[in-house]
Amino acid sequence: MIKFSIKRQEHTDAKSYWEEFEVPYRENMNVISALMEIQRNPVNTKGEKTTPVTWDMNCLEEVCGACSMVINGSARQSCTALVDQLEQPVKLEPMSTFPIVKDLQVDRTFMFDSLKRVKAWVPIDGTYDLGPGPRMPEKKRQTAYELSKCMTCGVCLEVCPNVNDSSDFMGAAPISQVRLFNLHPTGSMNKNERLDALMGAGGVAECGMAQNCVKACPKGIPLTTSIAAMQRETSFHMFKSFFGSDHEVE
Amino acid sequence: MSKQDSSFAIRRLHSLLGVIPLGVFLIQHLLVNHTATRSEEAFNTASEFMGSLPFVLFLEIFVIYIPILFHGIYGIYIAFTARYNVGTYSTFRNWMFLFQRVSGVIAFIFIAIHVYQTRVQVFFGTEVDFDMVHQIVANPAWLVFYIIGIIATVYHFANGLWSFMVTWGFTQSDRSQRVMSYVSAVIFVVVSFIGIQAILAFI
Repeated sequence: MIKFSIKRQEHTDAKSYWEEFEVPYRENMNVISALMEIQRNPVNTKGEKTTPVTWDMNCLEEVCGACSMVINGSARQSCTALVDQLEQPVKLEPMSTFPIVKDLQVDRTFMFDSLKRVKAWVPIDGTYDLGPGPRMPEKKRQTAYELSKCMTCGVCLEVCPNVNDSSDFMGAAPISQVRLFNLHPTGSMNKNERLDALMGAGGVAECGMAQNCVKACPKGIPLTTSIAAMQRETSFHMFKSFFGSDHEVE
Repeated sequence: MSKQDSSFAIRRLHSLLGVIPLGVFLIQHLLVNHTATRSEEAFNTASEFMGSLPFVLFLEIFVIYIPILFHGIYGIYIAFTARYNVGTYSTFRNWMFLFQRVSGVIAFIFIAIHVYQTRVQVFFGTEVDFDMVHQIVANPAWLVFYIIGIIATVYHFANGLWSFMVTWGFTQSDRSQRVMSYVSAVIFVVVSFIGIQAILAFI
């Protein structure tokens, strides 16, 4: 049997409570298959029948970011959290930086709103065919590829001391996405719009450099390098916007 | 600059003021204090020279008081908008993040009291000299308070220099940030040493 201790909450404003479960061990079990077992037979350790635990999941191969939760104190994806490698009782908590929908399920709308705010896309729609874009240098492609691994899972926001209810800070993920789209040869044609967005309230300047994000990122994205790169870009952008510049006409 | 709000410019100004003029002033101040290790007269001469600079009131207001009030008050706002989590994520930088804010608050309180004990007394007619500081630190409780205040202020400056370098885009890569960590550690040790050696000379 594997012991689980799960932090539960009926709805967003409800009080949270802990409930213990025991799940029969199967080989190669991950946290999600254990949660599925609880869902099938929602009985806690005391033998009481209870409601099944709610959580979010989708791809089950650590590329979608939906199943993030706090497992034994560290924020990560539950699909790649193998029970064999976890200390028992396995403590499961929702990522409390986000509004809690129910139990382990959280609402990451804040992140998607931030991505919209910083225009994390390459606009190519129009009334006529624009033809092929400029070629991307290989070195740039390699860096961009690392940044493109971001799955908006929310772990970098969960571990950040500056992302909380009393601050507007958007966290590392959307800042790194600005770097990704500004690296893109076609995307860079709109880079000033993204830099402007990064310089609003909750933007890059509110990073406190605690650098937990880069340590916690499940995809190993160089988030603090991205943030520092955007600090530099926005510093230049501030002077250019104020004084005007013909140095690089972009 | 963002059209909607000024938070970016305010943060950048906050970062800049921490080094120029406040960091520069901190070093200068500790160096003047350090003359006390030579002799009482040496300190009195140095402090008289500083006090007799042309436009001294203008310098004090625009180079010290306004920057320090802005940096301090906005800094305290920043310190209280964080949710500290070194208990869960005890990485080196996360501790530095916490200490930066704790030392900032200590430094702000220390500087307020220090200004009261020195500059405000000048306003009431006392003269700034060796004796004034001597009488303060003759009390061991004040001496300990001053040593803690100096260490906190110097830490805040040295570690603040590290984040200044990131904020303005000088250190971007992992390696450059690591090298800067060592540089700021050395600055912390050296400047603390100068500051403590100076305050001990007043006993």
